[in-house]
Parts: sequence; C-alpha cells; structure tokens
Amino acid sequence: MHRDSERHKLFTRRALMLGGGQAALLSVLVGRMYYLQVIESQRYVTLADENRINFRLLPPPRGRIVDRNGFAMADNQQNYRVVIIPEQAGDVERTLDLLSLIVPLSGGERRRIRREVKRKRAFVPITVRENLDWSEVARIEVNTPDLPGVLIDVGQSRSYANGLETAHVLGYVAAVSEKELTGDPLLELPGFRIGKAGVEKVYDLALRGSGGSSQVEVNALGRVIRELNRQEGQAGNEVRLTIDMQLQHFVAERLGNDSATVVVMDVHTGEVLSLVSSPSFDPNSFNTGLSQVEWESLISNPKAPLTNKAIAGQYAPGSTFKPVVALAALEKGVISPDTTIHCSGSTKLGNSEFHCWKKGGHGLLDLTGAIEHSCDVYFYEVARRTGIERMAAMARRFGLGEKLGLDLPGEKNGLMPSNKWKLGAIGVPWQLGETLIAGIGQGYILSTPLQLAVMTARLANGGYAVTPRLTMDRVTPTGIEPYTDEEGAPLGLSPEHLAVVRKGMDNVVNSPTGTARRSRIPEDRWQMAGKTGTVQVRRISKAERETGVLKNDDLPWIERDHALFVGFAPVQNPRFAVSVVVEHGGGGSSTAAPIARDVLRETQRLAELRPPRGHQDVQAVPQSGSKDGSKGGPVVGSGKPPVRGT
Amino acid sequence: MLFHDGLLSHPKVSIGQKLLHLHWLFVVLLALTAGIGFAMLYSAGGGNFEPWASRQMVRFGVGLLGMVIIAVTDIRLWLRYAYAFYFMVLVLLVAVEIAGFVGMGAQRWISFGLFNVQPSELMKVALVLGLARYFHGGSIEDVGRPMFLIPPLLMVVIPAILIVRQPDLGTTLMLVLASIAMFFAAGVRMWKFILAGILGLIGAPVAWFTILRDYQKQRILTFMDPETDTLGAGYHIIQSKIALGSGGMFGKGFMQGTQSHLNFLPEKQTDFIFTMLAEEFGLVGGLTLLSLYILLLTYGFVIAASSRNHFGRLVAIGVNVTFFLYIFINIAMVMGLIPVVGVPLPLVSYGGTAMLTLLFGFGLLLCVHIHRDLTIGRRDSGDEF
Repeated sequence: MHRDSERHKLFTRRALMLGGGQAALLSVLVGRMYYLQVIESQRYVTLADENRINFRLLPPPRGRIVDRNGFAMADNQQNYRVVIIPEQAGDVERTLDLLSLIVPLSGGERRRIRREVKRKRAFVPITVRENLDWSEVARIEVNTPDLPGVLIDVGQSRSYANGLETAHVLGYVAAVSEKELTGDPLLELPGFRIGKAGVEKVYDLALRGSGGSSQVEVNALGRVIRELNRQEGQAGNEVRLTIDMQLQHFVAERLGNDSATVVVMDVHTGEVLSLVSSPSFDPNSFNTGLSQVEWESLISNPKAPLTNKAIAGQYAPGSTFKPVVALAALEKGVISPDTTIHCSGSTKLGNSEFHCWKKGGHGLLDLTGAIEHSCDVYFYEVARRTGIERMAAMARRFGLGEKLGLDLPGEKNGLMPSNKWKLGAIGVPWQLGETLIAGIGQGYILSTPLQLAVMTARLANGGYAVTPRLTMDRVTPTGIEPYTDEEGAPLGLSPEHLAVVRKGMDNVVNSPTGTARRSRIPEDRWQMAGKTGTVQVRRISKAERETGVLKNDDLPWIERDHALFVGFAPVQNPRFAVSVVVEHGGGGSSTAAPIARDVLRETQRLAELRPPRGHQDVQAVPQSGSKDGSKGGPVVGSGKPPVRGT
Repeated sequence: MLFHDGLLSHPKVSIGQKLLHLHWLFVVLLALTAGIGFAMLYSAGGGNFEPWASRQMVRFGVGLLGMVIIAVTDIRLWLRYAYAFYFMVLVLLVAVEIAGFVGMGAQRWISFGLFNVQPSELMKVALVLGLARYFHGGSIEDVGRPMFLIPPLLMVVIPAILIVRQPDLGTTLMLVLASIAMFFAAGVRMWKFILAGILGLIGAPVAWFTILRDYQKQRILTFMDPETDTLGAGYHIIQSKIALGSGGMFGKGFMQGTQSHLNFLPEKQTDFIFTMLAEEFGLVGGLTLLSLYILLLTYGFVIAASSRNHFGRLVAIGVNVTFFLYIFINIAMVMGLIPVVGVPLPLVSYGGTAMLTLLFGFGLLLCVHIHRDLTIGRRDSGDEF
C-alpha cells in the first residue's frame, strides 16, 4: 500500500490547507461579530430601540372656563363613540348590518367606513359614529357578544352649557388648520381642537395645557405590545371669567332675537359682567362641524349672528356722546354749567340748517337741562364753541376711537375724527358743519358698544381710566396670577364738571321730564342715571322734513334708527355701567332705555345676593386716596355721591 | 483494532461492536448543537415548543437514529452504490425540472405523496459520494492527467446547472465549492485551480447576464449597498445587523430579543436564527455555538486524516467542507458579509431537509470513523460485498 500512503500524505497536506482556510474564514466571522456586537453595539442598540419604541402623545384635558361664581360655561364632555376593529370583527359588513339595527348607518357612512377599513391596518379602530346617546351606548354594550370587534370608546369634546348665550364671549374650538400648525406636536393629533374665537382663542395656550406622552413597544407591524413608560401631561388651566352667567342669561333672554348688544361692567375694576351680542350662534355645532345649510344661514343672516357686535360693531354714539362734548366745553371754558342757550327747533350755519330732534324747540336750557332733554341745538352751539379737536381729545380720554384691549379677538377701533384724520382719510379739510354734527355724536364718529360702556364707566367712577377685562385673574400661557393694577389712571377731570354732567344724566332718567323717565328703576337704592341716543342711519331729505318725518314704524327694518342707551347705577355711588345698542330699534328712550333699566336692576339684584369677592378690596379703599396725593389733580372720589337725583 | 489487517478477510463485524466504536463524543457535540437550536426555536415560538421546537426535536431524534444506522453500515456498501445513488438523485433533479412544484418561490421540491423531497439537498451528499468513489479509483498519476478530470467535472456541472436553473443559488454555490474542495483534497494540481480561477473571473460577467435571475442580481446589488432599499431586499440585512449589534456582549436574555420577538427580524426560526441567538445571548452566545462548530469541524478533519482508505478520507472531507459551507455562508450572510442566500444554519435552523442532509452526511462521517482502519484497494469497488 505504498501508493496509498503517498495519496494519504498528499491528502493530509491538502486537508490541512483546507482546515487552515476554514480557520481563516471563521476568524473573519468572529472578527465581524466582535465589530457588530462590541464596537458598534451602542449604535445598534439605539436603532433597535427606535424600531420598537413609539412615542404617543396624550392630549391634555382642556381647561374649563367658568363664570365669576364658578359656573362652568365651557366644559369637557364625555363623547361616546362606537368603533370597529376589523381584525376582531371578522366579517365587517355583517357586523355593520347588525350594528345599524341599533345605530342606523347611512350609505355614505358605510362607504366611509369601508374606505377606512381598506386603508388602515386591521387592528386600528375605525370610528363608526360619534356622540352616541346613553340608550345607544347601553344597547350596544348589551349586544356586545353579537357584535364582534365593536367597542365603545370614550373621548372628550368641548361643550358649552349655554352656548347661544355665551358664544360671543367664549368663542368656540375646532380642528386645527394647516396654517395654525406651530410645531407643537399636540396640534397634529387627529381630533385635537384649538380655540378659534373668543376666550377660547385668546387664552388657548393656557387652556390647552401640555401633552403627556406614552412610550409603547410596537412590533414590526406597528401593533402595540405594551406600554413601557407613561408621562402624564399637564391639564389646561381653568380660566375664571368676570361674566356673571346668571346675568348673561338674563340679558340674552331680554334681547331675544333683536340685533342688539349689551355690555355691563364694573366701573371700578373694569370687570365685564355681561357681554351679549344678539343674535348668536351655537358654538357646540362648530365642534362637530357645521352643515353647509347651517353655515349659509349663519353668514347670510342680516343680523350677523357670527359677529360679536359688542366689540366689532361700530355705531355713531349719537346723543350718548353729549356728556363728553359737555365736559370738553367745560374744560375749555367756553361754557359754564349755567350757560343757557335758546333752542328754537333749529339753528343756521351759513346756508345750512341744523335741526333739533324736537320740532318746536326746547326754549331756554342750561347744561343739565340740555342733557336731560338731549337738546341738539344746545350741543350744536357748544360744539361750535369747543371745536372738533378738543372734543376728540376728550373723547379719547374716555376710551373712544381706539381699542381698549379687552381680552377678545376682533375688537374694533371705532373712529374719533379730527381735521388731521379727515385730511388723511378723505383729503378734504374739516368743515365747521361737521363739528356741529359731531356735537350730537353723529357724522364720522364711530364707537363700539364696549367703548360706550367704558365711556360711561369713566364718567361714573369719577374720571378714572378704567379698562375692561374679562378674566378675574391675569391669564398667561404659563399660569394664572392676580391682577395688580386694577384702577386706571385719573383722567384729570374737574369734579365739578363731572358732577354737572352726571346731574344731567340723573335727570334723564329720574326727572319727570327726562327723555328716559319711563325707564326709572323703582328701587331707590338701585336708581340709574343715563343718556339716551337715537342714531339716524339714513339721511332725512329736505322734502321729507317738509312733508313730515316718517315714523320708524313706517320704515323698513334696515332703515330704522339705531336705539342707544348708556347708563350707570346706583346714581349715588355708581358701581355698574351699561351700554345698550339696538340696531334699527327705533328710539333710544323707547327701546334701549328699558333694556338698560332691566339689566342694571338685575345686575344690582344679583350683586346684592352675592357678597362681592373680587372687588371687595376696591370698595374698601377710597377711590381717590393715594391718587390724589401723588397727582394732586382735581379729581373726585367716587366714594361720595357727587350728584343727587331729583 | 477492529479492522486490523488480519480481519480484512472477515469484514463482517457485529453491529454491537461497531456501536461500541462509534465516535460518541462527536454525537454528543451534535446533540449539544441541536440543543441550542431547540432552545432558540422555543424562544422563536414565543416560549412555546409549538410550532417549531417540538417538531425539530422529533426530526433530530429520527435523523439521529438514521445517522447511527448509516454509521454502522459497511463503508464498502457506500463505495459500491455511490454511483447508483448519485444517478438516482440526478434523475430526481431532472424530475423536479419536469414535475416539481414551486415552493418558496423556487422550483425545488418533488412530491412523493406522503412527503416532499428536495433533490438538490440530497445531491450534496450524493455528489460527495460520487466524487469520492471516482477519486478513490484514481492514482496520483491519474489525478495529474487533465482528461481524468473530465468525468468528475461533468458530475459537478450537470447537477449544478440543473439546480441553478430552479433557481437555487445557495445550493449551487455550496455544491460547487464543496466539489472544488474535494478536487483539491484529491490532489488535483494547484495550477489547475489558478487557471480555473482566472477563467471564472472572465466567466463571471457572462454568468451575470445569462444565468442569474433578476432577484439574484438584486440580492447581490442590495448586498453592495443595503441602505438603499430599507423596506425591500435590504430590510433583512439591516434588521439582522441591528439585532446582532444590539445584542452586545451578553445579549438581551433568553426570549428577550426585541428584534426577533417583535418580528422586525424576518425568518427568525430559519435562515436568521443565528441572529436571534446573538441578539439574546450576545457575542458570548454566538461564540459558544461557533466553538461547537469548530470542535465538530476539527473532529471531521481528524476523522478524514486518520482513515486508511481513500474513499473514506474523501467522503469525510466532503462532508466536512459541506458542513463548513453551511456554517460560513449562513453566518456571513446574517452579518451582512455576503449577499442574502437561502442557506440554513446547520443543526439549528428549523427545517427538515437540511437536517436530513446533514445527519446523512454525519452518518457517513461516523461510518468513515468506524471503518478508519479498513484498507480498500484502488480497484476494489466493494463489489465482493
């Protein structure tokens, strides 16, 4: 076997070489393993975690909005919805057939569900119907054994208890639009809602809170295997409004379906107790989405239910402006409280004739009388003497012609015209005739109902630049802190002048001959003072004046006069100011004043029922105290009744 | 000594004696390796013996029995029927071409009613036997003559073409590489391998455009840059590397592999089972299995080198190289060193066919070991047996 041993030797040599080759290749494997599992390991650990760990955002519950007494105006409601998980349902169509015996499903809904079933993974729940009522929920729960893969899911949706009455204050929430994405991942959550109007919008960040997160382990198909870690979010802050929901309700009822606004505010703190713009809309329907028909009817309504007219409606103030004109004239010294002017029913300037609202004229009147009777001729003369610039300056001190900074979106400026403004805006110099018209609050002058309320509050509180606000505390995106600077700066008005004007306003209501005498509040301690205003929305032609001015009742609604009233109460120690504007309501004394009376009466009735919390301090501290000392100006302490009603 | 020269005339040794001389340590190492496989299949089943681990255990048990039976048969029987077996498998391969059905995207299986056979797997053993028989009959001088090499080349090329057409690139590759190793061990001159290598380099571009299917080309292309196709073909490699790498030194723990248990890892119970092992037991686990393999391979070499008959030596080296190729191709694939080719991890991956091939091969290896002292003449074809 010599030859075989040769073969054997050769074989052994070659086998050793093969073994060597194998060893070399195996060490490559070992090297590679070492590289992947030791040197590069950390990188792959990260990648493996990225594979398996998903972050899910947990939406925080939106903060409630409550009224000054803690009544929930905007709350989160459990929203029961029925979902179907195709994987568990097996035969989706059959299950839907059974389900529609309890919750009738339209063809469109079924098409949508079918589409989603096809598009989404089999374990993803698909919403069949939202906002189920209790009986539907109960019937589905009872029939669960026959409805495989059908589940009741609870979500949260915003609900407004008295939606129609609060819509213009609270606004509403709706789905996030493309433009509103800020990079906050919460906004990208399906179904997440943000404030789109009103307080919901202004304080959206505070109400929103911050999202929590849940770390879940998912498999390659994206199915959740378990929760690894959960971080609860921060619920949204509760925002307490200055609104008194009971008063708000009363006002809304009182206005009914009129196109009207009412603003009630505290003359010292600026707290807005009620702000109603009528007609309104139901903010709850914006949450779920409006139908085309509902939307069309809202935007085509001439009474503009979507517009908050209390801050965005601009009206000539009419005669409610006369107290401001009077103060401007008194301060300039062109009249004194005793200055008398004779009203013959009209006055002439050049070729133009300016008429008083009272055809036969008022005869001889002093300032309080002119306010009491709202004599136009008296104020034509006063305006002529004062000039537009002084009037405009005084009006601005009362908050007219500029935004007041109320915490609501969409506030309008109003307009306080001047020579400079007219040159800029129209390109024509100011005419003296226009000054006369401005003297009775008409012409170019525009004001919002909120501005009228603030103007009245500043008259009533003794001349402090109180600013309106809607929240009891200062709301910032990070939290809630109390207000510190509630009282406005003194406007630098003479107490005597204010007293005269307020006397006139007292007489308007409480004198037997006042323009609003029928709207007197019967309770002595609640008596109000005020000023009527009736604003023409059309031009009365010479021909019409000769044949007799048409009565409002004979005119189409859109051509009737706006009815205005501003007032404060109690007369002796004013605490509340109100402005009422009834669009095309006819006369200020006949339409607006009775509303103001009812509202102020209710406001005071409610205030007596509830011991004031928010403005306790304000009342305890004398209004003028420190301010007198520092400024030394001629200001009036509102703590003492400067005027006494007759 | 069982087969001492004196015993040659009495080759009939009792089965009991042969069993006594079985390489039991080798069998134990096999069982340990398979045991690692059972554990991994148990884990892959989510902590269940079903559906994989229990079946694999049954298969291994049956296969082990078959292996011992093969080990104690007389080696001359295998010498005698080597060609017959080879041709039988070749016929099956042709039959697959004609009657086979497509399984797993390739035409590989042939049905025998009750069970399905993958003839390409059987060919791995049949070719080893056939080539061993051929080279056993050739002297050193014969092996030096180029003409002498033509029949064995045909024996390799014909099945290789049939299998690559199925198409099964992995099996073809293993078949060809194992054959080259056997040619090498049989003593074919070095320069011939160098020449063949040069010809291969020239032939590769030709093969690219003629033999390779699109999906095979795609696999090779993907392998070059797996990141380009993260959800398609490259997904397997990337996820496998992530699983391996994240296993680190000691692994995530038994049944704690996130990549495998959350199904990011594809085919975790078959081709990518090594990845799962390395994810759950880390580098330590991977090296442990590799050490078992190295021990088995070493014993394979020892058995080959210590056989006193050339047929046995060649069979042993053929089985050894085939075993090595399984190991290397699979592990190199899951670590992203070579393209994704469907080669299972021997004794560990779930699957009956590879287990069958391997235990058949190990049976022959052990048979060589038992008959290591038996000398068989060059012209002796075992016919007297």
